[in-house]
Amino acid sequence: MSAEFILGHYNYWVVIVLMMAGLYVVVSRGNLVKKIIGLNIFQTSVFLLYISMGKVRGGTAPIEIEGTGVIYSNPLPHVLILTAIVVGVATTAVGLAIIVRIREAYGTIEEDEILKIDHILDFGEGAQD
Amino acid sequence: MFANLSPHLAPLQVVIPLIAAPLSLFLRNATAAWLFALVATWSAFVIACLLLVQVLDQGVLSYALGGWPPPWGIEYRLDAANAPVLVIVSGIGAAVMTYARQGILAEIEKHNQVLFFPVFLLALAGLLGVTITGDAFNLFVFLEISSLSTYVLVSLGANRDKRALSAAISYLIAGTIGATFFVIGIGLLYMATGTLNIMDLAMRIADMGDSRLVRAAFAFIIVGIGLKLALFPLHLWLPNAYTFAPSAVTVFIAATSTKVAVYVLMRFVFTVFGTRFDFQELTLSYLFLPLALVGMFVPSIVAVFQTNVKRLLAYSSIAQIGYMLLGLSFATIAGLTAASIHLFNHALMKGALFMAVGAVALRMGSTDIDAFTGLGRKMPWTMAAFVAGGLSLIGLPLTVGFVSKWLLIEAAFASGQWWIAGFVVMSSLIAVIYVWRVVELAYLHDTPEHVNVTEAPASVLVPMWGLVLANFYFGINAQFTTSVARRAAEALLGVFP
Repeated sequence: MSAEFILGHYNYWVVIVLMMAGLYVVVSRGNLVKKIIGLNIFQTSVFLLYISMGKVRGGTAPIEIEGTGVIYSNPLPHVLILTAIVVGVATTAVGLAIIVRIREAYGTIEEDEILKIDHILDFGEGAQD
Repeated sequence: MFANLSPHLAPLQVVIPLIAAPLSLFLRNATAAWLFALVATWSAFVIACLLLVQVLDQGVLSYALGGWPPPWGIEYRLDAANAPVLVIVSGIGAAVMTYARQGILAEIEKHNQVLFFPVFLLALAGLLGVTITGDAFNLFVFLEISSLSTYVLVSLGANRDKRALSAAISYLIAGTIGATFFVIGIGLLYMATGTLNIMDLAMRIADMGDSRLVRAAFAFIIVGIGLKLALFPLHLWLPNAYTFAPSAVTVFIAATSTKVAVYVLMRFVFTVFGTRFDFQELTLSYLFLPLALVGMFVPSIVAVFQTNVKRLLAYSSIAQIGYMLLGLSFATIAGLTAASIHLFNHALMKGALFMAVGAVALRMGSTDIDAFTGLGRKMPWTMAAFVAGGLSLIGLPLTVGFVSKWLLIEAAFASGQWWIAGFVVMSSLIAVIYVWRVVELAYLHDTPEHVNVTEAPASVLVPMWGLVLANFYFGINAQFTTSVARRAAEALLGVFP
């Protein structure tokens, strides 16, 4: 693996790190708000992936310029990711709204405590795991 | 006027519920909003039927949105594979909307009742959009529209049981991870091919053959959709979401959302990646087939030990997804026919069963198995519908369940794996056990003294029995559904008669 390869794929390394970090936060953290933030980081990595793939070497912003031989970057992935950003914001909003309701109903936003309360509701007080 | 509309039926299919959703928000009264949503869902159903007739008549319908021709613009593309799914989704949507009113009034707090209808219509629009679109990224957007509104619908059950909220958040987390995996896969496909149109993707992948990028895209897409369709080890979000959602919502999501995900899986595995992609064969026989077999048994056995009937049926749904996956993993016309017909048949039987359970929830205020004690006498129509749905689930002759299993077993024999037929029969026997547990309590036990309930209202019984009768009608007269499923299989495998 040459240094050029490593440096040349700088964005993609960032994407992979963010993707794994986000997914790890979702899986490992018990706090629901932290889980949602983890999801956000995970989704952000996808935004970067799409934005990186739109770049054309030597290309300029895709706004029409007079003359021939102008190279433009590919605007389509950028447009797509605008939609995905909106989806991500909507998911965060719905998630946080549900967490607010959970806090009202359970008095906690820690997953293990919620599961404990659910377990008691499922099997009754004093049930063994 | 209607003559002018007919070429635009395909976008109208999605646009009607999509526009009706915000409009129904302006109606401040739950009954008015319900009537409005009722008209919207039934018109979506009529459109879906008209589209199916057109597709069966003409083959493929393509609609370029905004006049931008595919593959550049977004294409709505209907063929024999997705037109029947539209009919299932919108038909169940219309039946559920008819059924929903009583349940909504009873289960959702008053100030939230009006909000149920726009969210439901959005979920319907999303599912219809996923099914009808011919553009991979557009598919992701619709998938998220339907998923986000489904999370909200599940959380509406919180008035009755706060566990609906924790179910909704785990569904949201699992669903979002799934959708994000899916969109990563789409991105990688775009990197590899430079297109997003599904048919165009299929052609380019067939031309370029196998590459590491396409394999990575395939893996991301399979895992992403696997989460959405509750593929066996990825099903953990499903039981609680089905159990604690309001009854009407459970009927709707159990009968439609996983079915649409199965359709998307078939579309990607067969149409997009196609048979020229060698990796697909390995995935089918070493990943899907074992998972389908395990998925047919483990959740069925878990279902036997459940004390909540809704959760029991939820586990049974995961097992039924195993059947669809099994048909799919054969990758033959016969196997895909079985999978496609089970998509339709399972929507009918689970729709009827969950509606019956919802009617019990309406009268008894509980879906615990104890609440069913002696209900055979108190709610004869509801429990008869439950028995009929249960028989169909088991796969008794004259019901749709039998047709599905017959075709599945036939496909197993045709692919030379006759031992799989034995597994199908054995897992059906487990279904006998869990259905019998409920039936025994309802019919062979005396009604407890304090239980003094009456039969569910007609608005609940009529759609429930509509689905029950459909179970028998398409079970006895399976000609039409089988031929449509066969054409769907041919369209997916790209074989045209």
